[in-house]
Amino acid sequence: MITLVLLFFPLLAALGAWMLRKESVKVYALVSAIFELGICAYALQQFILDPASEALLVDYWWMKDLGISFHLGLDGISILLVALTNLLTPLIILSSFRNNHTNAGTFYGLIFIMQFALNGVFMAMDGFLFYIFWELALLPIWFICLLWGGADKVRITLKFFIYTLSGSLLMLLGLIMVYLHTPAPSSFSIDALYSATLEPSMQGWLFWCFFLAFAIKIPIFPLHTWQPDTYTDAPAQGSMLLSGIMLKMGLYGIIRWMLPVLPDGIATWGPTALVLCAIGIVYASCLALVQKDFKRLIAYSSIAHVGLIAAGIFSLNMQGLQGAMVQMLAHGVNVVGLFFIADIIQRRMNTREMQALGGLAHNSPVFTILFMLILLGSVALPLTNGFVGEFLLLNGIYQYSASMAALCGLTVILGAVYMLRAYQKVMLGEPHARSAEFTGLHTSEKVVLFSCALLIVAGGIYPKPILTIAQPALEDVLVLIQDIY
Amino acid sequence: MHQFTWLIPVLPLLGFLVVGIFNKRLPVTLSGGIASAAVFLSFVLSLAIFREVQLQDSVPERIVLFEWISSGDLQIDFSFLIDRLSAIMLLVVTGVGTLIHIYSIGYMHHEQDHARYFSYLNLFVFFMLLLVMGSNYIVMFAGWEGVGLSSYLLIGFWFKNTAYNDAAKKAFIMNRIGDLGFLLGVFLIYTTFGSVNYKEVFDGARNFGMDNPAIVAICLLLFVGAMGKSAQIPLYTWLPDAMAGPTPVSALIHAATMVTAGIYMVVRSNVLFSLAPYAGEIVAIVGLATAFFAASIGLRQNDIKKVLAYSTVSQLGYMFVALGVGAYDTALFHVITHAFFKALLFLGAGSVIHAMSGEQDIRKMGALKAKLPVTHFTFLIGTLAIAGIPPFAGFFSKDEILAVTHGHSLVMFTILVITSVMTAVYMFRLYWLVFYGDFRGTELQKSHLHESPLSMTIPLIVLAALSTLGGFIGMPEIFHAPHILREFLAPVIWKVSPHTASHSFEYMLIAGSMVILAVIIYLTHSNYVKRKQVPEADDQIPSGISTILSNKYYVDELYDTLITKPLNALSDFAYRFVELRGIDAIVNGVSKSLTGLSGVLKFSQTGYTGGYIFSMVIGIILILVLSLMA
Repeated sequence: MITLVLLFFPLLAALGAWMLRKESVKVYALVSAIFELGICAYALQQFILDPASEALLVDYWWMKDLGISFHLGLDGISILLVALTNLLTPLIILSSFRNNHTNAGTFYGLIFIMQFALNGVFMAMDGFLFYIFWELALLPIWFICLLWGGADKVRITLKFFIYTLSGSLLMLLGLIMVYLHTPAPSSFSIDALYSATLEPSMQGWLFWCFFLAFAIKIPIFPLHTWQPDTYTDAPAQGSMLLSGIMLKMGLYGIIRWMLPVLPDGIATWGPTALVLCAIGIVYASCLALVQKDFKRLIAYSSIAHVGLIAAGIFSLNMQGLQGAMVQMLAHGVNVVGLFFIADIIQRRMNTREMQALGGLAHNSPVFTILFMLILLGSVALPLTNGFVGEFLLLNGIYQYSASMAALCGLTVILGAVYMLRAYQKVMLGEPHARSAEFTGLHTSEKVVLFSCALLIVAGGIYPKPILTIAQPALEDVLVLIQDIY
Repeated sequence: MHQFTWLIPVLPLLGFLVVGIFNKRLPVTLSGGIASAAVFLSFVLSLAIFREVQLQDSVPERIVLFEWISSGDLQIDFSFLIDRLSAIMLLVVTGVGTLIHIYSIGYMHHEQDHARYFSYLNLFVFFMLLLVMGSNYIVMFAGWEGVGLSSYLLIGFWFKNTAYNDAAKKAFIMNRIGDLGFLLGVFLIYTTFGSVNYKEVFDGARNFGMDNPAIVAICLLLFVGAMGKSAQIPLYTWLPDAMAGPTPVSALIHAATMVTAGIYMVVRSNVLFSLAPYAGEIVAIVGLATAFFAASIGLRQNDIKKVLAYSTVSQLGYMFVALGVGAYDTALFHVITHAFFKALLFLGAGSVIHAMSGEQDIRKMGALKAKLPVTHFTFLIGTLAIAGIPPFAGFFSKDEILAVTHGHSLVMFTILVITSVMTAVYMFRLYWLVFYGDFRGTELQKSHLHESPLSMTIPLIVLAALSTLGGFIGMPEIFHAPHILREFLAPVIWKVSPHTASHSFEYMLIAGSMVILAVIIYLTHSNYVKRKQVPEADDQIPSGISTILSNKYYVDELYDTLITKPLNALSDFAYRFVELRGIDAIVNGVSKSLTGLSGVLKFSQTGYTGGYIFSMVIGIILILVLSLMA
């Protein structure tokens, strides 16, 4: 029951947002999002008390003839990503308090629909339902980018839309193929899909159907070129939704819908995928080095970070998968913080060109410290959340291949190079006339950045709850892969 | 006692938070006072622990604070290890740390942003203590990276200055290069031994044979980490630049403590290194090369802090030679004495710079002996100690390094002796030029000359005393006194290297070095004091070896040409051509060439949802068709 409330409350909130007038809608949206977070916390508590609790399970027939059911469930993997979604949404909404978007009712309504779809993606235990939510999530974010984006929004959002959609269609094709091989009567339910009998050669093809869809969304090199434009051009909240939560759909998809369904396909093509991820890490890090726009730099750094997560998943061992879970959460928090920092700077200085910035540290000690903390999370300094994830990921990759770990490990160096360079250009040096205009933080801004900073430190010192929750579910995944050998 | 152990790192952490939060609301005496008190209390606790460890027959105590990272069979606790090695390092870190905190109160008196300074300094001590106290490689790594962060923050403390910021960034990045090696080493440790805890790892390693490839690889990877942190070739160039930070920082972080972390790490891992003599040989060679090259550069530096910086690099090289030949206790001995005399020299330099209104060029100093009596006297002791003149501290530890190296390789021994000669030359050159001769600064500087306040001179005096007496914890056999340090460390060092220098060799070594040092003191004195020679201005340096040395063998330029510039050019190329005109152009081309998509393109630009509904419809039709086929 709680699962249904958790899923549908944002939809209700979206309706309310549409009907409300402009002035109060921000507060309304924040309160609703916090309420949803409360529901999520309750669900999490239920889960911790009894992971197999009936109360967390929803399973109705939807289209019985086709074997499609409305099947929702929460395991350790799902609950963490649901928690991430519902934790970041109020922060993202709060981050918009100084933005004064036009048609605010629609704006927040779309965010709530997005939240609804994302929760659905992470909870769906039916392949078809997963697909529906997956596609549904694209719609609101596309509108957010299209209606509130920057100068070149029409071209950029169209490319984003078509690119990701073509990937999704491939996934649909793949899903149907798997469905057709499920034990009779054919069904989209997760257990049926997991027990589908697929020839290894077919698994090879299916691997690419699924992988392309997920790789575009994540994105993985060389399917990433929609991403920097989209992230840069989107409104801050759009970038946060996309990078903070939405791209985790792809990573989640690999863990939930690829590894257990296509073990032979993974055995054949997983190493290739891992190499692509590794190349992407180095490639995107190098590109981040030469960016002039701070937001675009964050976009490229994000490609490098998620590439490492994907590489960890394809290393197919506990540390790699655990690292992926931790890092998905960590990256969500850190990238929201970074995009918000870019937005704070943009709103005050009317530019994100790092060359035109500098010396901002003088008038804003609190902002400086928080920026530094979030940066440290991003470069994975120990005792921040980023380290736990990166350490486990690289450790997992190392067990798979030492040379791959060394290659992926270059992110340790390059990440520090581009982030410190950006920090120096933006924050340090002599203040100039315009950096004097840089005023202190508003309360809403402080709350967002403090929350990020707190999560970064807490996650770095005590990641145990996350690891404990994720471990049993990941063990199940690993068992399903290893069954085949 | 052990129930309070966790307070040792936590006190400076609290200091960091309190001073950082109250920040400018605190006057300098209070911000500095709180910070100093925090470290001093840690020192008191460390003393108590040291006593306990000394009295008991030292069963290493493992204190688990909480479970940190656990995944599958990888279990990492946030835990500390108290044994004789960590106990002695605790004393050095908190002891020298306290002195330098107190000194800073005087030194940073005029600094507006003093609270930020002291909070960073406390943060550094916190991480350094984690590094030393950790009972596994991951807690050590947390401290290891954390001290790198504090170092970054303190080198770039005056963040308006771009050159300082560049130096800070360079330090962090070069350290990170080493850290990747460290991390890979840790991964290999985990795959080899199934644990990252010292106890399990070393217990496991004892079952391995000599020169096992995995262990050799572990040692080499860990050593890459040490190269970064302890400024060894090829990752040493950040350390001289790090002198951009306030001088007490140079004393604490870039001389006495942080840069010796690499040595501590190798001593900690001595079981592994003892099993990999091949790796040890490489450690010794790198250390030797570093010691030699850095000392030669030091001969031609004119910035008082740069001379000391290259000297630090060189002395660290000495320590690695000792490690490489398996004399772990000897290396740690030199870590301790070096902490005393190098902190003393840096703080003395700070006192000089303070008196000279910020001037750091020794060509513009001179005759400071009279105006700065305490600074002069303590600096002299530091100079005697580093030059290796008995009975000062440096003599004993350096003598021991020379002796063990002689037992290992005559070539290495010879090069080290030459390096010692260079050390004495650049140190006495520095000493004479600063304190003797004529005053070469401006009139304004001359009128401002003053001895430093007590908060600065007292630490100098304490360190001078330690530099004088510190060596007696490790007397050579010929004096028939016990080698206190070696006996103390015996339980934590697995295979003690044979200290087999014969008595006659010892006598020769001592006599020989005394003669050579006397000659050096005489020659430098007659050159810089009697003949009042002053190093030439930068544009008058004679070509040849002098130019090469003044320009530090052009290593910075070399790295710039070989790494920095190509990396940027390559990245720029990748962005312009591979990314924008390559991959992205292909993506755009593909979408354009698909006529169906261009249809979508057209009406999506006019309407909004057309494309989406269109594709959804296609998708649903596809499902229906396929399910009918089945």
